[in-house]
Amino acid sequence: MPEPILQIQGLNAHYGDFQALYGVDMEVSEGEVLAVIGSNGAGKTTLMRSITGLLSNGPGQIKYHDKDISRLRADEIAIQGLSMVPEGRQLFPSLSVRENLMIGAQVGRKGPWSLESVYKLFPILEERKDQQSTSLSGGQQQMVAIGRALMANPDLILFDEISLGLAPIIIKDIYDALPGIIGEGMSAIIVEQDISKALSVSSRVYCLQEGRVSLEGTSDTVSREDISRAYFGIE
Amino acid sequence: MDWLNVIVQGTLLGGLYALFAAGLSLIFGVMRLVNISHGDLIVLAAYLGLTVTSATGLHPLLALVLVVPTMGVIGYVLQRGLLNQTLGDDLLPPLLVTFGLSVIIQNGLLEVYTADPQKMDAGTLETASLAVGGLNLGVLPLLTFAVAIVVIWGLQWTFYHTALGRAFRAVSDNQDIAQLMGLNRRHIFGVAMALALGVTAIAGVLLGIRTSFDPSIGGGRLIFGFEAVIIGGLGNLWGTLAGGVILGVAQTVGAKVDPGWQILSGHLAFLFILAIRPNGLFPRISA
Repeated sequence: MPEPILQIQGLNAHYGDFQALYGVDMEVSEGEVLAVIGSNGAGKTTLMRSITGLLSNGPGQIKYHDKDISRLRADEIAIQGLSMVPEGRQLFPSLSVRENLMIGAQVGRKGPWSLESVYKLFPILEERKDQQSTSLSGGQQQMVAIGRALMANPDLILFDEISLGLAPIIIKDIYDALPGIIGEGMSAIIVEQDISKALSVSSRVYCLQEGRVSLEGTSDTVSREDISRAYFGIE
Repeated sequence: MDWLNVIVQGTLLGGLYALFAAGLSLIFGVMRLVNISHGDLIVLAAYLGLTVTSATGLHPLLALVLVVPTMGVIGYVLQRGLLNQTLGDDLLPPLLVTFGLSVIIQNGLLEVYTADPQKMDAGTLETASLAVGGLNLGVLPLLTFAVAIVVIWGLQWTFYHTALGRAFRAVSDNQDIAQLMGLNRRHIFGVAMALALGVTAIAGVLLGIRTSFDPSIGGGRLIFGFEAVIIGGLGNLWGTLAGGVILGVAQTVGAKVDPGWQILSGHLAFLFILAIRPNGLFPRISA
């Protein structure tokens, strides 16, 4: 039984008076790829923001490497080796491609990922390294966003809606590249609306519905009926 | 020749205004903070220079060795201790707090140094001049202009060729995502304010050598700095230098026509440019 790397217990999240997550429990083991699915507004992005520290949490709700990170700031969490490919890429527009990647390395963690290895994974980025990041196509921007997160040499990487707004052929390329990325003992959480994509690369899956976990199972045994019930809340 | 002289003097004066403005521009660029107390911080730096020179007998320019780091530390502490708490989606709190700070600094200076105008003694530097062509150029204004170019070049270089500059731009682009990359924006903002007040220290000491000063003149320096930033276009430091020069030339030309028009003509030039180019002459959103 591999050690859990991330443990979430009874996580509640609020935006002002609005509660977005209700007592979410979740666990990611070392080297595991977890898929989180759910419809719009189910709380997936909120969950990502809570884990990464962009939303403040109650004490003891999130443990990373057995250490309570619930109250830490996002930059303190990043330095511990948890990085995210945010929804919509969110590159820094006034930085070049290379500079965007370099920002990812700012946390100063050692590991297999460097400018060279990211360029090897996505050769197009080396050709475009001095361009403004926003001048790239959507798919290339997604590569920069993935490369930027990898540059931190994380133990756990979160992918938030990486296929959103991209052409199917590009999505396929990116998903084909994922196993090579997630290897090396890294754990990953993949948040995705495209359920079959999410199931194909993950070992376990959680479904969120209206801020609660509505389904938890292994990706290759979970049935389509269970998913649609958990996803849409239809009995 | 007279008019050429006026324009050259105005250009050199613009160097000082660019130094007033560079700190403002930097702060706005990195954290979207409009610092109303900027002018008073310039005056504070001038008084610190005065204290150092009168206590140690150092030349004012050598006093910069102490004044620049002191202002830098003040900047970092001010940012971490106070201004960071005011930053958010609302632009109003930082405006109000820095306005209050402006009042506090003015009154503090009044308590400590009285309202009497003071001046730093820079010896022969104050009156030395060079004859170039048919013009007599003061060494101090020339030096000020050269310092302005070096400072702006240095800031520009820091912004575009160092890890710190990359962090400034990243935080300015998107604070949340920058946090995700392990950048503590509170610290980055502190460093930016330290850098800005370091530049302010240079501006304050050069101001204090050039003219007499008293605790009440901060507001005017703030306006000149603002006008230089806006004329040049927000977020563009070389534009800020151009803005300073335009303001300086407008003032000296106005003064040449009628000495009473100096300040007014600077403001008119500012209004005119704002009317035809509301974003300034060389706007660049990404600082």
